[in-house]
Amino acid sequence: MRITCPNCGERDRREFYYQGDALALDRPSQDAGLSVWDDYLHNRGNPAGDTKDLWFHEAGCGAWLVVDRNTVTHAVHKAVLAEKVKR
Amino acid sequence: MRLEQPEQTVTFTFDGRKLKGVPGEPVAAALMANGIKLVARSFKYHRPRGVMSAGSEEQNALVTVGRGAQTEPNLRATTLEVSEGLEVFSQNAWPSLRYDMLAINDLFSRFLAAGFYYKTFMWPRSFWEKVYEPVIRRAAGLGALSGETNPDDYEKAFAFCDVLVIGAGPAGLMAALTAGRAGADVILADEDTAMGGRLLREREEIDGKPATAWVAAAIQELANLKNVRMMTRTTVTGAYDQGTYAALERIAGDRAAGKPLECFWRIVAKRAILTAGALERPIAFPNNDRPGIMMASAVRAYVNRWGVAPGKSVAVFGNNDDAHRTAQDLQAAGIKVAALIDSRDDTDITSDFPIYTGAQVVATKGRHALESVTIAYNGGRRVIRTDCLAMSGGWNPTVHLTCHMNGRPTWNTDIASFVPSAENVPGMVTAGACNGTFSTADCLAEGAAVAADVAKDLGFKSRVKVPQAEDRTYAISPLWAVPGKGRQWIDFQNDVHVKDIKLAAQENFRSVEHMKRYTTQGMAPDQGKSSNVVALAVLADATGRGIPETGTTTFRPPYVPVSIAAMGAGSQGKGFAPERFTTSHKASVGRDAPMIEAGLWYRPSYFPQKDEATWREACDREVGYVRNAVGVCDVSTLGKIDIQGPDAATLLDFVYTNTFSTLKVGKVRYGLMLREDGHVLDDGTTARLGEQHFVMTTTTAAAGLVMRHLEFVLQALRPDLDANVISVTEQWAQFAVAGPKARALLNTVLDQELTDEAWPFMACGEANVGGVPGRLFRISFSGEHAYEVAVPSRYGESLFRMLVAQAEVMGGGPYGMEALNVLRIEKGFITHAEIHGRTTAFDIGMGRMVSQKKDCIGHAAAARPGLIGEGRQQLVGLRAKGPDHPLTAGAHLFEKDADATRVNSQGYTTSVCYSPTLDTQLALAFLENGRARHGEVIKLRDHLRDVTETVVVCDPVFFDPTGGRARG
Repeated sequence: MRITCPNCGERDRREFYYQGDALALDRPSQDAGLSVWDDYLHNRGNPAGDTKDLWFHEAGCGAWLVVDRNTVTHAVHKAVLAEKVKR
Repeated sequence: MRLEQPEQTVTFTFDGRKLKGVPGEPVAAALMANGIKLVARSFKYHRPRGVMSAGSEEQNALVTVGRGAQTEPNLRATTLEVSEGLEVFSQNAWPSLRYDMLAINDLFSRFLAAGFYYKTFMWPRSFWEKVYEPVIRRAAGLGALSGETNPDDYEKAFAFCDVLVIGAGPAGLMAALTAGRAGADVILADEDTAMGGRLLREREEIDGKPATAWVAAAIQELANLKNVRMMTRTTVTGAYDQGTYAALERIAGDRAAGKPLECFWRIVAKRAILTAGALERPIAFPNNDRPGIMMASAVRAYVNRWGVAPGKSVAVFGNNDDAHRTAQDLQAAGIKVAALIDSRDDTDITSDFPIYTGAQVVATKGRHALESVTIAYNGGRRVIRTDCLAMSGGWNPTVHLTCHMNGRPTWNTDIASFVPSAENVPGMVTAGACNGTFSTADCLAEGAAVAADVAKDLGFKSRVKVPQAEDRTYAISPLWAVPGKGRQWIDFQNDVHVKDIKLAAQENFRSVEHMKRYTTQGMAPDQGKSSNVVALAVLADATGRGIPETGTTTFRPPYVPVSIAAMGAGSQGKGFAPERFTTSHKASVGRDAPMIEAGLWYRPSYFPQKDEATWREACDREVGYVRNAVGVCDVSTLGKIDIQGPDAATLLDFVYTNTFSTLKVGKVRYGLMLREDGHVLDDGTTARLGEQHFVMTTTTAAAGLVMRHLEFVLQALRPDLDANVISVTEQWAQFAVAGPKARALLNTVLDQELTDEAWPFMACGEANVGGVPGRLFRISFSGEHAYEVAVPSRYGESLFRMLVAQAEVMGGGPYGMEALNVLRIEKGFITHAEIHGRTTAFDIGMGRMVSQKKDCIGHAAAARPGLIGEGRQQLVGLRAKGPDHPLTAGAHLFEKDADATRVNSQGYTTSVCYSPTLDTQLALAFLENGRARHGEVIKLRDHLRDVTETVVVCDPVFFDPTGGRARG
């Protein structure tokens, strides 16, 4: 598997660290309540199909990426800087 | 028998017998040339078996090569190359191949049918592992491993290309030529020792010349193209995501010359063209497994390519025109054709050898080699004397790779076999025989056409020029099994015959996947390459369904067996694991300190002295240095992260539970970091060197983790913050100088005088050492008056030697990890033994460090019900009865008189040591409601090490609870 890092180009997945669902970007406020925090921390979909998740280019430029990929076909559609998604 | 005298021969051995062979030819050909027909015993029944094929699909002729640690079992004699001195051994036979005692299994075969083991050895259950399995394993099996460490070299390699062509037969060569001429970066891989595929094995013409001449010209042209790489002896074993293919290369040449045995390739190709050809399948007639019965295509290969006659008088049996071709080739080579037996009624062939149409082989004779076959013909029977029978049940396209990513092949009635479905592996197309296209002319044309399309897709211009070649139609009339007396073998490698498959159906294992598991058909190292389609046909017949409805089992990688040694090349022992050394490494090793791993780092365990018999003596002495004089310890392995920017303090407030924006320049503060789920991530000190400049210290273990975490916070959660982080762990060498004489020692090396007024506890700042700009931190991980002094790494070694020399003058010296651990346990300081991922700030007694004035990572989750409160197991200290009562880490804690059972467990120990300072055994532990139980006597029980102790619960800070020593 290879991911096209916006900074470094197409790189082998061994250069990346996998984090999990990209919903981790949407951190609730401190007083959002237990169930909102529970969803943020623990509850994940397990889609057979397209997903967005977070990868860290640890052995590369050090960028956190949001990667669009498909869990069935294993196709990697695109990767963008988490920083840009957040802004 | 050889058809021509070879130019050069070498000597190799088979079961110790010296034989002549031609270098590079398959061992199977050399054995044949020496008249050896019995080469193996079968897997389960130990039946005598001979060579069956001429390729990697071989089911019978598995052999072992080499001796001792270099033993390599289960190699196929059909692909193993003859070389001088090669030692080949038969396997799965005792005492010898000819007189195999375990052939007795064959006499009991009625009782050993499919499913026998499952039914018979059900109980008693404990017997399975101890009695049944070892006995069965010994009786049924393949070659054995030596059990020794493999000393051979293997390699791993990576390659990238535009077009990967898999298989170099007519279609593959044309595809490579077309794509190569167009300018694409091409890799052409073939598992044979030479390119050409079946063109090397048939008598054919291309463009009016022998096909072998056309192949030679094609190879020459490809070799001249700089953009084409040709890889022989290379089997593409699997198709994976994003155009990644695995391939196993057998390296040619002498292993004694230092060449690796095999290379495991990862090839990334923009596009791939599968031209893998087809495999001929056997016919399941009674006793079709005698040595001398082989595939018709293999007979042609041995005759046409290797110049070896597989028999003196060869009979041919088939259901398609290839049988005719075989008989004609034999005749052309001057080998007697005993009979051509065609199962079809309507064939028009005339020749001067006997031809029987509408005939079938119904029996065979000959124990260690074929002597005769009996055919049913014209309503009667006829015995034909023959020492070799060539059989052809038709061809199965090699669709395997097209199925590696969930592709399912489609049944094609015309050729009575499966062909690849249109959508299989993204980026891969198929051409030639693997596509069900069988004539040479069609293969050449299809290979060229497909490659032209691929080249065009990749932006290359190509011209298609296809040579003239044979264009015979492939006429086949399906024939799967011939009934009669005797077993009709389908899967030769796993000893599965027609009756086994019928039994599976009868016992309601009707799904093809169930049949496979019930009979083990298709499970052997060959993975049913030759037997699958026949087995499906027999199952379809037994269940009254068609073959397409029956379906196939799943083809998975690898296509041929891949040795673990090849896949794990470079990963034996230390392999490529990086090693990190501190600047004091040489000095520590020079003092005979045993080095222990800490992540990738190596740190000294202790510094032994001559009169010391045990590590404990050294450790106790080193603890004494720190408590009574001064000790020096390299702490450079701790993570150091430089944080700068206008929002650096805001970042720290967000990642630490406590506040750092209030920290004054020139001061250090201890900080606690949580994960977002409320559990402790890491701890350490952070120094404020400037208004917008901090240096964070992490634990050695979590340095990478914390760096990743800070980047995550900055990039993914708070990109609004103007701050930057960078690891400077490698840039600074840092040493702890600890003990009552620490200041005195530093005053001998620092350029300026250290005073308590200028450098109070938790102060930090710049300090020069011999003119070198360094940093000084007054922090303590031992509870003593202590400092950490840092210099740029290149000065680390000399500073370490200076500090140690001065310490020794003052009655101290260097201390290692063991002493460091004792010192911190005595003070109740935590490490990752305590913050192991399931403990909270509350658990370790730092609940009040979670500031309620601000948000931070983990703040909300740490307050969840269940993560705080009395029920939690809380950090406590445990004191043993005395110095002779050692405690163990991982032991469980119970009320004094409770049974030591799981339900009664109230906690566990995390760190233990003997404290020379307090002369007793200590432990840090987590205990239910522990902070309220100081003074209570409880029971410690370690079931694993059989340790039971009575201990007293106390505050985790065993020594100097007020902290006066560090401040003073």
